[in-house]
Amino acid sequence: MAWLDTIIQGILLGGLYALFAAGLSLVFGIMRLVNLAHGDLIVLAAFLILVLVSALGLNPFVAALVAMPVMFAIGWALQFFLLNRTLGTDILPPLLVTFGLSIVIQNGLLEGFTADSRRISVGGLESASMALGPINVGVMPLLTLASAIAVIVGLNQLFYRTSLGRAFRATSDDPITAGLMGIQPKRIFATTTGIAMVVVTIAALYLGTRANFDPTIGPARLIYAFEAVIIGGLGSLWGTLAGGIVIGIAQTFGAAINPEWQILAGHLAFLVVLLVRPRGLFPRAVD
Amino acid sequence: MTDVTISHWKVETRTKASASFAIVATLFILLAFAAPLFASRSVLQDLFFILTMLVLAQNWNLLAGYAGLVSVGQQAFVGFGAYAMFALVILAGLDPLAAILLAGIASALLAIPTAFFLFRLQGAYFAIGSWVIAEVVRLALAQWKMLGGGTGTSLPREATRDMPALKFVGELFGVKSSGAGDILTYWLALLLAIATIGLVYRLLRSKQGLGLAAVRDNQEAARSVGVDARRMKTLVYLAAAFGTGLAGALIYVQKARISPDAAFSVVDWTAYVIFIVVIGGIGTIEGPIVGVIVFYLLQNLLADYGSWYLLILGLIGIVIMLFAPLGLWGLFAERTGIQLFPVRRRLTGGPVSLAKKGGPHG
Repeated sequence: MAWLDTIIQGILLGGLYALFAAGLSLVFGIMRLVNLAHGDLIVLAAFLILVLVSALGLNPFVAALVAMPVMFAIGWALQFFLLNRTLGTDILPPLLVTFGLSIVIQNGLLEGFTADSRRISVGGLESASMALGPINVGVMPLLTLASAIAVIVGLNQLFYRTSLGRAFRATSDDPITAGLMGIQPKRIFATTTGIAMVVVTIAALYLGTRANFDPTIGPARLIYAFEAVIIGGLGSLWGTLAGGIVIGIAQTFGAAINPEWQILAGHLAFLVVLLVRPRGLFPRAVD
Repeated sequence: MTDVTISHWKVETRTKASASFAIVATLFILLAFAAPLFASRSVLQDLFFILTMLVLAQNWNLLAGYAGLVSVGQQAFVGFGAYAMFALVILAGLDPLAAILLAGIASALLAIPTAFFLFRLQGAYFAIGSWVIAEVVRLALAQWKMLGGGTGTSLPREATRDMPALKFVGELFGVKSSGAGDILTYWLALLLAIATIGLVYRLLRSKQGLGLAAVRDNQEAARSVGVDARRMKTLVYLAAAFGTGLAGALIYVQKARISPDAAFSVVDWTAYVIFIVVIGGIGTIEGPIVGVIVFYLLQNLLADYGSWYLLILGLIGIVIMLFAPLGLWGLFAERTGIQLFPVRRRLTGGPVSLAKKGGPHG
């Protein structure tokens, strides 16, 4: 039964990686921008929740709700005032500016919060578990996966059922023609990054409650998110969830063999997929 | 008249500034080789740091600035070169100097399989993919228990002390082995920096360099006139891996102590290098030289401020990328028209009346 347990834990872990990846996938899908500071923004949101919890004594879930509009505003402003200037055919400016941003956020957090490991406490919920047939699963990991699915359903609804979603898709296909139809691509881009930061806040809640975090762990989260996106195939949010689960399962199996191999096993799974299915498991976008 | 005068046309890249710069540079290089005669050990160590960072920056600039391959995973080759050197010295008992060269070759060999994976990813995804590769190499080498696993190891003292080259340098300058070590590594760093700049310059002036510039500016157009873009990019990627691996091995001969986290540090070997190139001016040979000097000055100025230093460096990088994407050297060259390493081909000579013609089309 041990292997079944490992698979279940891996799937649940995959939910967390899908949450990391959904924001990255969203931003890339709409404006072809790869944000190298994505992982650091997740850590920034985790610190924001931590501050709200410790300073105001809020419940972490309430704190995340409070943090969402703040992160939306940060994302909106970041895109509107900084990242929009970097968009274009040249890939250098967005990459180098977001890389610089990653370093700035990391060191800003180090300066403000030191390098100490932190954790957001959810009042005993982190150790709660429930029986699911023959195996026990943690309540928090289960909530993480459920949130990931809810986020993906929500984003898909937003894309295909609302006028904002139509504007998103139009801008993604052809910003200039969309502009002729009265859509302002720069504002659409800013809203996209704002929404991505709301997803990032949800990811940060589970990152901060499930394990310790410190200002330097952002880049590793970026890498997991990126791997999930590539494994799933560009442009497919459900593919991203599948990608996250592939990495999650690979990591839990790696850890079951030797704890030191956990991270390496996830990366190797990514390389294997890249080798046999270079366009990912569920490719949709052409670029 | 036609036949005779047409034969006087010449395609040149040399400019007046570059010709006089060549003389100054030669004198400067001679002075730099003589530096151990009058410079203190701490100055030599600082120069070693500047020169090795310059080599890393030139290699990254070749990748990102000329081949359009924006890698944030070059620490893979710094670390792999360093570990290959340690393995050759500790496990095979090789002389560290020979090990440096072999470590460079080992890094280029590592680049073959990684290129196979990475070239499946386009543009921005290439960047993060290169980071994944660096993580894989780091995690794999951290499993190598003979070289200290996750905590790392040191070079045996007798290996670094008993190098034949070290005895020679020590006798030449009448210094102890630790002082001779600093002189030797400094000279090697100087040689490596000159060779790197020389080779990059030669490449850019060659037919291949022209093809590379064409691919960077417009890949489809370049391919339509017969430039094999993929082959050019692969060659540049392998060459940069070789140069970066050599630099990594040399840096760790001087450090004499290695650990996976330090040897594969994305901040030390990639972030700093990117900032050096961006601040100095990406896509020029002069840029990284200017950048490394600015970087060194900033580091000394802000050394006491800890993480503020990196934060400020990041902000400067962002501002330059947004408002002066050509960097400091680019701003200077734009205003003065001076190029120290000119690669642009110009037509000179020909009939005097044509060459000297002014006016809107002259």
